[in-house]
Amino acid sequence: MSTLTQPEFVLGLFEAAPASFSSLRQLGKESFYAQGLPALKSEEYKFTPIAKKLENSITEFSPAEQVTISAEQVKSAIFPGFEGVVLVFSNGYFLPQLSSNSEGLTIHSLSEKENTPLGSIADAAKDPFTALNQATFVDGIHISIAKKISIESPILLLQFHQAKGGQVISPRIWIEAGDFSKATFIDYHISLDDAPYFVNKVVEIKGGINADLTYHSLQQEHNQVIEVSNLVTDIQKDSQFTSTQITLSGDMVRNNLTLNLLGSNSVGNMYGVYLLNGKTHVDNHTNVDHTIPHAESNELYKGILADQSRGVFNGKIFVRQIAQKTNAFQQNNNILLSEDAIINTKPQLEIWADDVKCSHGCTVGQLDEEALFYLQARGIDKITARGLLLYAFAGEVLDKIEVESLQKFIVNQIQERLGSNF
Amino acid sequence: MLSIKNLHASIEGTPILRGINLEVKAGEVHAIMGPNGSGKSTLASVLAGREEYEVTEGEVLFQGKELLPLSPEDRAREGVFLAFQYPIEIPGVSTTNFLRTALNQVREYRGQEPLDAVKFLSLMKEKMALVEIDQKLLSRSLNEGFSGGEKKRNEIFQMAMLEPVLSILDETDSGLDIDALRIVSNGVNKLKSEKTATIVVTHYQRLLDYIVPDFVHVLYKGRIVKSGTKELALELEEKGYDWIKEEVDSTATV
Repeated sequence: MSTLTQPEFVLGLFEAAPASFSSLRQLGKESFYAQGLPALKSEEYKFTPIAKKLENSITEFSPAEQVTISAEQVKSAIFPGFEGVVLVFSNGYFLPQLSSNSEGLTIHSLSEKENTPLGSIADAAKDPFTALNQATFVDGIHISIAKKISIESPILLLQFHQAKGGQVISPRIWIEAGDFSKATFIDYHISLDDAPYFVNKVVEIKGGINADLTYHSLQQEHNQVIEVSNLVTDIQKDSQFTSTQITLSGDMVRNNLTLNLLGSNSVGNMYGVYLLNGKTHVDNHTNVDHTIPHAESNELYKGILADQSRGVFNGKIFVRQIAQKTNAFQQNNNILLSEDAIINTKPQLEIWADDVKCSHGCTVGQLDEEALFYLQARGIDKITARGLLLYAFAGEVLDKIEVESLQKFIVNQIQERLGSNF
Repeated sequence: MLSIKNLHASIEGTPILRGINLEVKAGEVHAIMGPNGSGKSTLASVLAGREEYEVTEGEVLFQGKELLPLSPEDRAREGVFLAFQYPIEIPGVSTTNFLRTALNQVREYRGQEPLDAVKFLSLMKEKMALVEIDQKLLSRSLNEGFSGGEKKRNEIFQMAMLEPVLSILDETDSGLDIDALRIVSNGVNKLKSEKTATIVVTHYQRLLDYIVPDFVHVLYKGRIVKSGTKELALELEEKGYDWIKEEVDSTATV
C-alpha cells in the first residue's frame, strides 16, 4: 500500500496559507488529514494515480505567487468575436483592474469577502482536494447575480497560470445566483509558459429558484500541467444547470462534477468532450444526486483518444427513494485511434425509487473504416475524411455550446488538432 | 478508357479475382453479371481502391494511367466513381457539407477553382432534379435513416455532382422498388455521354431493361467466362446461371 495517505510533501502549502477564513481553513486542513491523498487503490481515484503523479512532478509544494498580467495579454487571450464580461485571474488571484462588469452582477475578491459561506456547497469531507483547496487557497472570486437578472452576454473567467518552480495554484470560485436569474460562464485556463504546476480548483455554484445557469470549461493548458477540478452546484426547483467540459491537453487532469438536484422540475445537463493525444490522462467523474421527485438529468460525454493517452469516465447517478418520476440519461462514447490508448468507462447507477426512467450506455470503438473509405471514394483525402468523421462524432456535444465565439474557437482548435480543413 | 489486364486479387489470402481481362471504351455501358460469390463486387471494390483487397497480379490502366497505385481519393479525382452497394450512414455529417468538401477537393486536383456557397447550391439544385431527390434529405446526416431507395438515389446524386468519367454501379438495383429503379436508372442514363463510360454490376437482368448495356460479361469464380451483348443478359434471366457454371466447371483445367 502507498504511504502517500500521510503526505508530508504538502505541508509547505499549509504553512503558506493566508490568515483569512481561519476557521474554514482549519476545518479544511482537518478534513484533508482525515482523508489523506487518495492511495493507489482508492476506489474514487482508481485508474488515476494522482498522488504519485504529484509527488513526482511538483517540486515545490507552495502556492504560486501572483504574476503580472498586462492588458495586452488579456486582449490577445480572449477568443475572437467574444463579447461579454471578462474576469481576469493570475494564479488564482482576482485582478479587478483588468476585469469588467455588468449590471446585476456583483463581484468581489474572496479576500475582501470573508462572510462567503465557502464549503457550504462543496463539502470538504467528500474529497481530499476540495479539503486541500479550502485549507490553502490564496484568493478567488465571489460572484453574485441579482434576483430576476438575466446576464445576456457570457462571463469569461480568464485564468492565467504560471508557476516557475512547479508550484500549486488553487483557484476558488463562488457563484450565487438569485431567483429567476440567468447567466453563462466560461472558465478558461491559459498557461503562460511550459513549466509544470498543479492546479487544484474548486467552484461552488449556489443556484436560485428558477435560475438558468451554464458553466463551460475549456482545459487546454500545456502537457506538464496536473489539474484537479471540483465543481459542485445546488440546483433549486424549476432551475436548469448545464455544464460542458472540453479537455484538449494536460498531463493528468481530474474533473469532479457534482450536481445536487434539490428542487422538483429541475434539470441538470452534463456534457463533455475530451480529445487527447500524447500521454495526456483525463479522468471525468460526474455525480448527480436526484434528491426530489420530478427532476431530470442528461449526460453525454464523448472521447477521442490517440497515441498513449488515457481516459477515465465514471458517471454516477444517484436516485433517492423519494425521487420518483426521475428522468436520468447518461451516455459515454469513445473512439480509440491507437493501440496504446486506453479508456476506462463506468456508469454507476444507484436507484432507490421505483418509478423512474433511467438509461445509460457506453461504447468504445475505432474509427469506422467503411465510412472512411466511403469519403475517400468521393475524393476526400484521408486526413480530412478522418477529421470530418471525428468532428462529426464530437459535434453532438459541441453543438450544445450556445456561445458562438466559444464554439467557433473550440471547433478551430479541434480541427487544427485533427489536421484537416473542412 | 479502362483496360484491365490479368487482374488477380485476394482478401486475407483467399483469391477472389483470378485473371480478369476487360476493355471499356468511352461511351460504352458494360454489365458485369454472375452468381453470388463470383467476384462482381470485389472487382468494383478493387477498382475503387478498397484497402482490404490485395492485388496479387495484373494491371489496370485508366485513361492511360496506372490506376492501382493511386489512393482511393486520387482515383475519385481522376474520375472513377463507385456507387456503393451498401451506402454508409454517417451521423453528424450532412450530405451538403460532405459533398462540398469532396467536390472542392476534386476540383482542386483538376486545377479548377473551388465553388463558393452560391455556385455550389445552384449546381446542387440542378443535379437534385435529375434524381428527384429532396433538399431536406440532403441537409440531414449522410444516409442516416434514409430508406434503401433514398440511399441509392443519393449515390446517383453524388455521381451527378462529381461528374465522373467512369461510373461503377455496384448492385445499385438491389432493394429498389420499381419506381425507385426507374428514377435511379433515368438519372444514370441522363448522365451518360460519349466521353463517359459505365460499368453496371448486377445479379439480375431487371436493371438492364432500364440501363441498356452494350456488352454483358459473366463473371464466375473470379474470371469473365462469357461475354456477349444484351441478349446474353436475357438468356441468363431465362435460364439462370447453372448452365454457365456447368459449362465452365466441365471444361475447367486449372
